[in-house]
Amino acid sequence: MSIEFLKVEGLGKTYPGSSEAVFDGVNFEVAQGEFVCIIGHSGCGKTTILNVLAGLETASTGHVFMDRREVAGPSLDRGVVFQGHALMPWLTVRKNIAFAVRSKWPDWGRAQVDEHVEKYVALVGLASAIDKKPSALSGGMKQRVGIARAFAIQPRMLLLDEPFGALDALTRGTIQDELLRICAETHQTVFMITHDVDEAILLADRVLLMSNGPQARVAEIVKNTMSRQRQRATLHHDPQYYRIRNHLVDFLVSRSQDLSHGRAPAQPLEASPGLIEPEPLPPSTTHPTVIPLRSIA
Amino acid sequence: MNPGMQAARQEALKAALLSLLILAVLLGIWHLATLQPKAVAAPVVALTAEQIEYAKLMGKDPASLAANAATGTSGKSGFPTLSQMGVAIARNLASPFYDNGPNDKGVGLQLAYSLGRVGLGYLLAALVAIPLGFVIGMSPLIYRALDPFIQVLKPISPLAWMPLALYTIKDSAISGIFVIFICSIWPMLINTAFGVAGVRKEWLNVARTLEVKPQRLAFEVILPAAAPTILTGMRISMGIAWLVIVAAEMLVGGTGIGYFVWNEWNNLSLPNVIFAVLVIGIVGMLLDLMFARLQKAVTYVD
Repeated sequence: MSIEFLKVEGLGKTYPGSSEAVFDGVNFEVAQGEFVCIIGHSGCGKTTILNVLAGLETASTGHVFMDRREVAGPSLDRGVVFQGHALMPWLTVRKNIAFAVRSKWPDWGRAQVDEHVEKYVALVGLASAIDKKPSALSGGMKQRVGIARAFAIQPRMLLLDEPFGALDALTRGTIQDELLRICAETHQTVFMITHDVDEAILLADRVLLMSNGPQARVAEIVKNTMSRQRQRATLHHDPQYYRIRNHLVDFLVSRSQDLSHGRAPAQPLEASPGLIEPEPLPPSTTHPTVIPLRSIA
Repeated sequence: MNPGMQAARQEALKAALLSLLILAVLLGIWHLATLQPKAVAAPVVALTAEQIEYAKLMGKDPASLAANAATGTSGKSGFPTLSQMGVAIARNLASPFYDNGPNDKGVGLQLAYSLGRVGLGYLLAALVAIPLGFVIGMSPLIYRALDPFIQVLKPISPLAWMPLALYTIKDSAISGIFVIFICSIWPMLINTAFGVAGVRKEWLNVARTLEVKPQRLAFEVILPAAAPTILTGMRISMGIAWLVIVAAEMLVGGTGIGYFVWNEWNNLSLPNVIFAVLVIGIVGMLLDLMFARLQKAVTYVD
């Protein structure tokens, strides 16, 4: 396993006509097979970062490297699941996914494409709806098709832009479980935006915490100290769960604000809530790495 | 059958009945307006012997002449009665494709000429407007550059081009086609550009992340996404083309349903004129219906 499959260096974006950068000096790495979530308040540029990783937008400063090669445009190596499913409404589920499959393997015959499509539709449990148009599907089903489409091209990295934001809590839970299972099966490298702290704890190996904009940065990287075999149903019984959760919520509620305008450290601090510092330190257990952070800022 | 469908059916049936009723009323009004008063039994105004003699010489019936003089109507109202109309329709439908020389062709044949002209001019317009609309829709620069030209050319009545067309092309048939071309190009061009420019960014982004080649992007993403808007433009264009062809053929003469109307007017054959007007309406409706079908076929529910 290579240590730095994806490397983001000094990434910054200033929109034309604006004096201050939305984010600048964003640095982080993602290892192969790792599931990374990024959390931050609205307007800190998460979607822009994801779009830069996808190659759909260009950054004002900084570089993105995948496998030591600079990302300079969209590529079939990186599959994207968009916020609003982005299915083509004139195509059935089968044809929507076939469109992606034929893009990746233009030489494939009809039968081969069909077989591949059916496999991935079955993976997200939509085999019975394969010949329906998106308008006949519920929001959760549409998002599943979006996920199947992204997985079907077998990208080296998957980028998810808050894919469950518009779904109700029950549907979201089911699809989270599915995503967790598929990622475990395929050892997929994933970079995902979310607003949901619980979702991040369930899915991510590491959580990137972004400070508020302008001049937002990845201020902290929180390791998920729970076992990778975690399940949604039993998650909240693990004592680690609340330590991580408190750490994340504390950051979002109180600290992310103070770290705007570039006051966050250039290199994000790493935190492993509940592991590095054991229980007996009552006041600082929830955020053990906060103290050095202040002095740097 | 569910109650909703049953209610809808009943509604449709009621509407059809009402349509029939309106038709009956209109025909009734027509009938009453063209009613010939029955000859009055005894002529009120007596004709002199010379007048009767003259009438006989002219091949007219002196009795009815006197009756007409009495009621103040002429022998023919000019506007056909329903029965005369029925005869004209039957005669035209009996042999729609006869050809007795330049000024005497069946209505079906004339219609075929008109449809041919419209079809050709419209097709040429589509071949220019849709690709050009694609380019304009894709490039804001080209859109801005061409916009003043489109805005000036669009409101020009297509018939205003006729003298220039006749002068430069020197062929009346081709000039007619040109006029159809020039009038059907604008709605198609503008709607295509509008539809293409309005294709959702997220669909384009999906295509970009899949490294879709430009040609495939145009035919498999942009075209189906913009198809409903493009077809709306095509439908409007076809409506305008069918309006214009009648006027153009009246102006240019020779063949076509427009010329047929004008020729029958010159023959003072109002039943034929009315029949031709009806045919123009029905063919226009069928053309519109055809495009409505096509439009329905490419429309997607988002």
